Amino acid sequence: MTAVKESDPYAPTEFRPKKVGFGRWVREHLVTFFGILGLLYLFAPIFVVIVFSFNKPKGLFNYTFTEFSFDAWTGVCDVPGMCDSLWLSIRIAFFSTLAATILGTIAAFALVRHKFRGRGFANILIFVPMATPEVVVGSSLLVLFVNMGVPLGQLTIWIAHTMFCLSFVIVTVKARLVGLDPRLEQAAQDLYANRVQTFFRITFPLIMPGVVAAAMLSFSLSFDDFIITNFNSGSEVTFPMFVWGTSKKALPPQINVIGTAMLLIALFVVIVGRAIGKRRAR
Amino acid sequence: MTAADLNTGTGGLKIRGLHKHYGTFTAVDGIDLDVPEGSFFALLGPSGCGKTTTLRMVAGLEEPTAGEIMIGGKDISRQRPYQRPVNTVFQSYALFPHMTIFENVAFGLRRRKVDGVDAKVKEMLDLVEMGHLAHRKPTQLSGGQQQRIAVVRALVNKPKVLLLDEPLGALDLKLRRQMQLELKRIQTEVGITFIHVTHDQEEAMTMADTIAVLNKGKVEQMGAPVDLYENPRTAFVAGFLGQTNLLTAKVVGTSGDVLTTDFHGIKITMPVSRMAATTQEVEVGVRPEKIHIAELGEAPVGRNVVDGVIIDASFIGVSTQYVIRTLADAEEEITVFTQNSSTSLRRVGETVSAYWHPDHTFGLHEGAWQEAEAAEVAS
Repeated sequence: MTAVKESDPYAPTEFRPKKVGFGRWVREHLVTFFGILGLLYLFAPIFVVIVFSFNKPKGLFNYTFTEFSFDAWTGVCDVPGMCDSLWLSIRIAFFSTLAATILGTIAAFALVRHKFRGRGFANILIFVPMATPEVVVGSSLLVLFVNMGVPLGQLTIWIAHTMFCLSFVIVTVKARLVGLDPRLEQAAQDLYANRVQTFFRITFPLIMPGVVAAAMLSFSLSFDDFIITNFNSGSEVTFPMFVWGTSKKALPPQINVIGTAMLLIALFVVIVGRAIGKRRAR
Repeated sequence: MTAADLNTGTGGLKIRGLHKHYGTFTAVDGIDLDVPEGSFFALLGPSGCGKTTTLRMVAGLEEPTAGEIMIGGKDISRQRPYQRPVNTVFQSYALFPHMTIFENVAFGLRRRKVDGVDAKVKEMLDLVEMGHLAHRKPTQLSGGQQQRIAVVRALVNKPKVLLLDEPLGALDLKLRRQMQLELKRIQTEVGITFIHVTHDQEEAMTMADTIAVLNKGKVEQMGAPVDLYENPRTAFVAGFLGQTNLLTAKVVGTSGDVLTTDFHGIKITMPVSRMAATTQEVEVGVRPEKIHIAELGEAPVGRNVVDGVIIDASFIGVSTQYVIRTLADAEEEITVFTQNSSTSLRRVGETVSAYWHPDHTFGLHEGAWQEAEAAEVAS
């Protein structure tokens, strides 16, 4: 079938596309257009954060771009008190993530794998802390701590953060666990793996992406929380509280540096996570 | 006794009085089985008959309500799945998606800390000609390839009994036929006892040495495929393993090995051993392909002969299927499969003699045709 005779009545006719009109062009690219518009909307504030981290403001407030400089990047901790609050936030985020992830994963197992009276109700209750307004949670926790005589400080912040992260962890890990075929664990047991080996070689590696996602979500929720923390921090100052407190009298570009750095770290983690995910799926 | 020396020694599988209840529902209702060592055994039945539950109890994935499961004379019914000398090929294969094919196959060996894992895994992969895929992930394999890996992953552990839970269910028809032959070849090669669960009677008959037909949690009949097909002892077996004709008749007497029944004045005889009922009212059965058609009154002597009118003829290519309404009873119909060795077909409306050898006749209890019909639908 190399040469088709020109007289061949069954030869395919040449395909001639119609002339593309302007109206049609607009119709075909409408989705792209709105897509770009949506992305711009999402990224404009982030773009401002990054640009203003390289600013050298004239006054105390980083409101107008005056001069490009690396000063804020080289002297991040020059702002008194900011880095202390940053470390506090990181520490609290780390420990509440740890506690919430462990507790939440265990709870997710119980809710997915075990049939018990009130399981359906428990599954609904998980959503209550997420749906409750933060102001209400924060003030109620304050009342609770004061009544129980717990001194406000790092401990109460940690307890509060672990509490509100827990629901998110349970929901995330549960979704992963539901999708896990129990026959894989049965197959492992059939192949001479005892329960501990089955958990560490099959179950955990397979729900790992869900657990990591839950931990990352917890960390960012805890790091960024202001309302609940504000009620229960006592004399401690976390990073969001520092920014709020200082914004009344000054807004140094170092705050933008922290914001940009957090963004880069998050991007890095996501990219690495995707790369690992791709390798695992291969 | 450690896991390492579980898989030595010999012995078939013996099940005694096995029961499994889920609340008020009875999934397995007293099963007794004897599976000789090295045989290819099939548990055949419609969905919900308890065959998979039985298999899972042998594997240890389900706890029996009562009964004994013995391998080589040792009761294993209370052992954990990882302590039993059995391995399972799961219906959905259950390959570990985060491990390579090699690691999947090596999993059982590594857990038992066996020496020479690499060589053993390679040998097994070569058995199914898949050595070159060792470093792929399960999702990169086709259904047939995954199926083979699931079989080798279990076989590499040299279990005393290999359990297969509808392993071919997810494959298309052509591949299924091919895998049936391959599984049979592997079984002959390794000589391990295979217990194969399936709802496909052709699959069971093609592969198994012995079939146990299960229905409603009980064993209906057990035997070689030919015995089950040719001499079904229950209506369910008759209907589940292919089509069958059943005529209501009365037992009139026996002389020696021959039992005679009466179907509206027509004598139908059969060997005494092929009558499963003890009552006077019985049903006489014969498979459609055992029946021949002759011109009216020209049937050979010494056969069971029933005259009738052809009411339907369907040409299927390799054979023709006729439906004959008997002259003696307009309610009774006989289905006949004839090989198309001659090119002339019989016409609808012709009156003919249908005849078959008495040895091909079997007897069931009265009312069996209803059960057989239901089983035929379920198969």
